Amino acid sequence: MNGAHDMGGMHGFGPINAEPEDTEPLFHADWERPVFALTLACGMLGKWNIDISRHARERQTPTNYLNNSYYETWLVGIQTLLVESGLVTASELASGKMSSTAGDIHAPDRAQTAKILAAGGPTNMDLDITPAYQVGDRVRVINTHPTGHTRIPRYARGRVGTIDHYNGVHVFADASALGRREGQPQYNVRFSADELWGGTARATDSVFIDLWQPYLEPA
Amino acid sequence: MPHDGHDHTEPPEDIALRVKALESLLIEKGLVDPDSLDEIIETYETKIGPQRGAKIVARAWSDPDFKTRLLENGTEAIVDMGYEGRQGEHMRVVENTATTHNLVVCTLCSCYPWPVLGLPPAWYKSAPYRSRAVIDPRGVLAEFGTSLSENVDVRVWDSTSELRYLVLPERPAGTENWSLEKLEKLVSRNSMIGVEQARRPDQVEPQ
Repeated sequence: MNGAHDMGGMHGFGPINAEPEDTEPLFHADWERPVFALTLACGMLGKWNIDISRHARERQTPTNYLNNSYYETWLVGIQTLLVESGLVTASELASGKMSSTAGDIHAPDRAQTAKILAAGGPTNMDLDITPAYQVGDRVRVINTHPTGHTRIPRYARGRVGTIDHYNGVHVFADASALGRREGQPQYNVRFSADELWGGTARATDSVFIDLWQPYLEPA
Repeated sequence: MPHDGHDHTEPPEDIALRVKALESLLIEKGLVDPDSLDEIIETYETKIGPQRGAKIVARAWSDPDFKTRLLENGTEAIVDMGYEGRQGEHMRVVENTATTHNLVVCTLCSCYPWPVLGLPPAWYKSAPYRSRAVIDPRGVLAEFGTSLSENVDVRVWDSTSELRYLVLPERPAGTENWSLEKLEKLVSRNSMIGVEQARRPDQVEPQ
């Protein structure tokens, strides 16, 4: 979707003002800590995946997305998913009072949680799919504006790049956000800065983007 | 929170109460285990952080065979060092050289290699960095005090899939025969994101 999250190339946000590396705290307010932990813990219930989770954050109105701080957006994301998955009702969320049981759900205990964090969730799939493109091929990113989740940044749509690396078959984010585990060949594609930005951008500077095969067409 | 003092829509005490209420509700419903929440926080507050990435870089500077493996198959070489898990399932290491400088961003969200760098700093997740890194990488570098010579090309890596990137900074001059432990002190987190170079010897050992 063409949401406010798709920020590459936007102007006007001002300076970065990075805090010094050696003094920046990991969390900037105490409430951020439980939002972080609850997001990971609820994700372990298996009711949604990382792409569904990203899409829940992106679906805020653009004004809310831009107004919310990072962990406020995470909070919006889990609240949305808890209600949509039926784990929590909207009235429970509003009142903070339990009015229904969660059914047959098992929250991982501490040891299981540690194992899940250590294992992660690899996205490579062992499927017999021959990639359509080879390293060195020129490809154009399709001009598409899906209303659902996608990982094609707007700044790359319609642009021509060169396959720089074949990443193998990976879970396709667009399908995964709809709950389908579909494998697609994925490539790292190199775009020259002047192809993306025109003007005075240097032809020898580049942006590399990981893109799944359905995002590409021969150029 | 100097980077985003303007972007809070509700008073901090209100959101703190809402989060507390949500946490209590989820614990009461049995959807989360409080000990598991502690495990998650302790993992990222005390166990995982950029000291891991620094060990990888220092080893790559000292061990050419390891460096070759790291650049060819980052995932395997990093797992061999014992670092793996969430948000680092697939890893690629990109090398800075005399003619190439690498910079990592996630324009669409906040993808970052957790098992080797820990959780990202606030600026990495901010709109100014996410918007500018791809269109104005040299301006971003300048803001971090990093200037590149004219003949250096910039390569920006936009983390759009589940592949995570780690920059292998250039080894600073004057560090020949340094121990791994000493080298690790030169490897800042920011140098592994690519917004800065590795520290010079005089920055860690005042002359």
